[in-house]
Amino acid sequence: MTARDFAQITFFTVILRPFLALFIGLRVRGREHLPKNGPFILIANHSSHLDTVSLLSLFPPRELPKLRPVAAADYFQRNKFVSLLSRTCFNILPIARKGLTPDTNPLPLMEAALRSGQSLIIFPEGTRGTGEDIARFHSGVTHLIEKCPDVPVLPAYLVNMGRSLPKGEWIPVPFFCEVRIGQPRRFTGTRREITTALETAVRELRETNA
Amino acid sequence: MDLKNPVWQMGLIVLGVLVVASIVVLALRLAKPQKNFSELTARVWGWWIMVALFFGAIAVPNKIGLIFFAFLSFWALKEYVTLLKTRPADHRALVWAFLAVPLQYLWVEENWYGMFVLFIPVYMFLWLPMRLVLARETTGFVAAASQIQWGLMAFVFGLSHLAMLLIWPAIPGTAANGRTLLLFLVFVVEISDVLQYCWGKTLGRTKIIPTVSPNKTWEGFLGGIITTSLVSLSLRFLTPFAPLETIGVALLITIAGFFGGAVMSAVKRDFGVKDFGTLIPGHGGMLDRVDSLCYAAPIFFHYVRYFYS
Repeated sequence: MTARDFAQITFFTVILRPFLALFIGLRVRGREHLPKNGPFILIANHSSHLDTVSLLSLFPPRELPKLRPVAAADYFQRNKFVSLLSRTCFNILPIARKGLTPDTNPLPLMEAALRSGQSLIIFPEGTRGTGEDIARFHSGVTHLIEKCPDVPVLPAYLVNMGRSLPKGEWIPVPFFCEVRIGQPRRFTGTRREITTALETAVRELRETNA
Repeated sequence: MDLKNPVWQMGLIVLGVLVVASIVVLALRLAKPQKNFSELTARVWGWWIMVALFFGAIAVPNKIGLIFFAFLSFWALKEYVTLLKTRPADHRALVWAFLAVPLQYLWVEENWYGMFVLFIPVYMFLWLPMRLVLARETTGFVAAASQIQWGLMAFVFGLSHLAMLLIWPAIPGTAANGRTLLLFLVFVVEISDVLQYCWGKTLGRTKIIPTVSPNKTWEGFLGGIITTSLVSLSLRFLTPFAPLETIGVALLITIAGFFGGAVMSAVKRDFGVKDFGTLIPGHGGMLDRVDSLCYAAPIFFHYVRYFYS
């Protein structure tokens, strides 16, 4: 275990998990669908910084070093402090969003991470929305699925995260939040079909209201 | 263990009741294995947890006990606010509303009665709408300001009277103090809830408010409050009250508690939910359990304050 791994595991065990349990009151449905072993690709709707925190908290702390939230380099590496925080505490896989060159193409980076046994957390909407609706999914994740068709994809739907900590706010309001995990699946078909199917899988979880 | 201490005596009584209830449930399950008693089992199990936590909060020093009561308010407010239709513009006002929880309990801890009674009805009442104004969104303004303030009044201001009772000094010439009065209040309310439920289940015919709470019947209500008042006589050792006065106070508590339960039922109806949450096994959310106390606590507290200080 590296010093970074230790720092992340401690941060989650001592601060974030108690925060999610006692302040946010995070509820989890479909926990049984979480795979015991990686690699896998976890996709979800995106409306808040709480999204990544909540998804990471679902796994045993010792698994954290193997989970890589795919994050926009232009945002999460905008200065030294944010960069250090997001790498140390969240183990992000920074990728470029704009002005892609062969050197900064995110696809080989993500593929390499999967091949080395790491799992990825991807928000296919590409940015945080208001939380009221799910935006059109981008096709980046589809390219990755085409390259690694054997890696299972786990859809998740996140409830109320954007109410608790919306874009532009820094103090969360403790609305009860929920994570709904769907069954892990493999997606096949044309690029457009896969992208649509991924979005449908997340939208279906939104409708499973009990 | 100090058996002369009314808190210990009450603890033993409640322990006895819970043991008997658990044995009855176990006997029912053994006698009728084909019937499903999972809800009843969960309910009794929920009572064990709540009683243990509540007595724990009373037994520990006040500073720690107050954290427990602050947490009750926090969780209740959280359940309520989650069900509101909030606007993005309400974010900062809601942050302030939640900040009011630790502050309100801080006034209790400081034994600063004046601030305790003014803070939410006056200062938060004046400040929250101003904070909403600063968010520059007028559509839905009145609804937002009213809903947030109502939640603060019911779940933070109302419930914090439990904490104010906890730290209330001993009443001269009696064995009663804030702790014993708090035990009396909470157990009268809870016994009344249970007895109203039992009377309603067995004899309930005439609905009181069918559109709000179809399970509340005159038979359940009257049977419940009368039997609770009689049972309350056996808890008189927790209070400074004379026998007839005990019955009167128990009636006051149970009627206030009934109002609290009815009001929270109406809130649930409005939100279109059956329970406020899933916190306590077999009991729903925090609000489903403390609904009666939101009303009974301030009424009982001010009765004691008016006549015994």
